[in-house]
Amino acid sequence: MSLTTVLSRQNATQDTQSISSSATKALGWAALVGFAILVVLAFAWVPADTRITDQGDVVGQFDAVRLMFVHVPSAILAYTGFGITFLASLGYLRWRTDWWDIMAASAAEIGVIFGVLTLVTGSIWGRPTWQTWWEWGDVRLVTTLVMVLVFIGYLAVRRIPANAAVKARRSVVIALVGAANIVIVNRSVDWWENRTLHQQSTLLARKIRDETLFTLTFAFVVGATLFGWLLLHRFRVGYLERQITEQEVQKAIAERQAESAAHDTGSLTQASNPTGQIQPQSKTSP
Amino acid sequence: MTHLGYLIAGWSVTVLAVVGYAWWVLARLRSLGRRVPANRQRWMMPDDLTDDGNEHTELSEQP
Repeated sequence: MSLTTVLSRQNATQDTQSISSSATKALGWAALVGFAILVVLAFAWVPADTRITDQGDVVGQFDAVRLMFVHVPSAILAYTGFGITFLASLGYLRWRTDWWDIMAASAAEIGVIFGVLTLVTGSIWGRPTWQTWWEWGDVRLVTTLVMVLVFIGYLAVRRIPANAAVKARRSVVIALVGAANIVIVNRSVDWWENRTLHQQSTLLARKIRDETLFTLTFAFVVGATLFGWLLLHRFRVGYLERQITEQEVQKAIAERQAESAAHDTGSLTQASNPTGQIQPQSKTSP
Repeated sequence: MTHLGYLIAGWSVTVLAVVGYAWWVLARLRSLGRRVPANRQRWMMPDDLTDDGNEHTELSEQP
């Protein structure tokens, strides 16, 4: 076996170790297979949304209802991401360790991805259903937008150069404020029911049934699996970033110590040999 | 099937965003993994950080 083959195998092993474990691989595959099944269920099994009125007209969302299986789980995952950010921020306040700070940041980033997806897929779903892409008077839409913007701000603040502890404390404040938005967004359709195009909770009111309910529940499970996979990997990115920062700090300290030691040695030599003449070396070392 | 354009747009944007983000995370993980020694790549648990020892990485006020 050649040296190149051995080295390339070692690199491959190292890459695999750094990216995933057996558990995260299984989680990733489960999410992929689950998503494929979800597509089949959503497009081939769930019937179109239609109702016949007393006048005999056929009304409903028709096939546009299939957008529910990406829009609603996205919203739930955005809540989950921001909720974890809130809890991890509380954890940071209590324990003041990197773990909680990295967890909060990782969950916030994933929450923002799903938050933006919620807004985009909601807008796409709203056009055929409500004949509008966006409605500024709708409290659910506006409060969701505010929530996502707050957490985008959270991520922006984390990018401002600062001491890690200062950065973490600033982030905690924004996370706590942003978390209040989660409740407002969720309850907005009940608190301001006349100022929204959204219906009130259809799940709790059991307005969704049979194939649609099963598929939506399945979409939540697939979403949760995907979220878990993303969070594990994103957390690990944050952890490795922190390790690199520590390495760089330790390297800088070592360099400064070496410089300082060299400077001290130079000063001692200068003090013991003020003329600057080179002394002959002793033949016997101590 | 009705509203096909909306369905394709909604599902595609979701798949592209999630796959794109997952791809970015994996690429970043691979890149960072090469820069950190294997003994410092293990999963970090909260308990590792609350006690003293080599794994203690509590945030400090020092720059």
